[in-house]
Amino acid sequence: MSGSVELKCTPLHAEHIRLKAKMVDFGGWDMPIQYTEGILAEHKNVRESVGLFDVSHMGEITVKGEQALDFCEHLVTNSIEKMKFGEICYTLMCMENGGIVDDLLVYKIDNKYALLVVNASNLEKDFEWIKKQAENFNVEVVNVSDEYAQIALQGPGSEEMIKDICGVVLENIEFYHFEMGRINGIQAIISRTGYTGEDGFEFYVQKDAAIPLWRKLLELGAKPAGLGSRDLLRFEACYMLYGNEITENTTPLEAGLKWAVNLEKEFVGKSSLSEQKEKGLTRKLRALEVTEKGGIPRHNNKIYSEDKEIGFVTTGNKSPSAGKVVALGYIPSTFKLGNEVEIEVRPNKRIKAKVVRTPFYRGSVKSKKK
Amino acid sequence: MKKYTKSHEWVELDGTVAIIGITDHAQEKLGDIVYVDLPEEGAEISKGDTLCSVESVKAASDVFSPVSGKVEKTNEALEDAPETINSSAEADGWIVRIEVSDTAELDTLLSEEEYKKVCEEE
Repeated sequence: MSGSVELKCTPLHAEHIRLKAKMVDFGGWDMPIQYTEGILAEHKNVRESVGLFDVSHMGEITVKGEQALDFCEHLVTNSIEKMKFGEICYTLMCMENGGIVDDLLVYKIDNKYALLVVNASNLEKDFEWIKKQAENFNVEVVNVSDEYAQIALQGPGSEEMIKDICGVVLENIEFYHFEMGRINGIQAIISRTGYTGEDGFEFYVQKDAAIPLWRKLLELGAKPAGLGSRDLLRFEACYMLYGNEITENTTPLEAGLKWAVNLEKEFVGKSSLSEQKEKGLTRKLRALEVTEKGGIPRHNNKIYSEDKEIGFVTTGNKSPSAGKVVALGYIPSTFKLGNEVEIEVRPNKRIKAKVVRTPFYRGSVKSKKK
Repeated sequence: MKKYTKSHEWVELDGTVAIIGITDHAQEKLGDIVYVDLPEEGAEISKGDTLCSVESVKAASDVFSPVSGKVEKTNEALEDAPETINSSAEADGWIVRIEVSDTAELDTLLSEEEYKKVCEEE
């Protein structure tokens, strides 16, 4: 084997080894794909009780200064102005042509401070992009990822499990809102967000506090869950994975994310997206349910209709919660609910699927108050 | 007495019928198995052919036939319970029974000892 670049480790790396996790290279990080129970058991723990994820590999970038919020408004597709302090939005950064740079969360802290949380796999690219876009704004952009650890506690039992060790009243933290407070005496950003389709919280702490927090949550009964179960959970909820459903070659409109795009304001990529909306979409990301036995659709499998190649699968799997084999994929926008396609799961093997509604499974995740 | 392959299949002779599955080592590496694509009964198979596909949550893996012959029976219980391969890869998780055309083909396969070494060297 030739010499390899060393993988990055989160502050919780030794904990995963201690728990005998199977580790994989995820975007240059040595991360747990599963622990000893396995992906399906970990998935079940999150759906039915409480699971615990190390998401410290995610990137955190601070935007501070007089024009912090104006800059964020310009940078992302979603409306920042309408948000309250203490609110979070899920949004996207686009290139001028409408292609997606990344999906991210924006934490609106105060009128001179926003925290951006971006995908681990895009951190370097995003940081360069954000700095470039900030050139004409009176703001300071800093990559603080190395200072933070992030732990996600997800599952219907999450709030109950930690309410007695939190210095904030958890039931007052609405979905997509956050508070600064203490959990087990540890200072944290406590946010009711997640990537699983279940109720739960994400904690941002100083990296030295990661291990004590992780161990306390395990002690309270949270079960460790790796990236394998994480991908299955988000897929069932039809959340995007950068590199699969969203890329620089897809727009938020095509991906079904128009709810995260505010075309009434100026932002990078706005004119391309407005134009695309005017002209109408030629393709859309749709949910598909496989209707005959024969295999499991996977990323990049081709999709056919009447022997013509019409699209491709972004993610596919057997959904334990839905009890079905399902996929997300891009197909022409003319296809409607119930229409049939074929997915090529193996050379010369195509299986029938039909267009269905999202999500594949609706869990305990709270919804945003209107 | 079981024989093994470098590609992590096991085979056990029952008269002239070879019972075939994937090894416990293989299921452990694959993780939770969610689908098995069983071959057709009556299919003619040559040694080394792709017999079927075993799909885990993360990936699909081909199973190669250690023998030549005709598929006599497949383990249909795996259609509804593919996870049997995880819990009992070398017993209840058998995948196919093949009527063997030449039992001498098994002679070149690995013994349990030899297979264990292969796993250790991986």
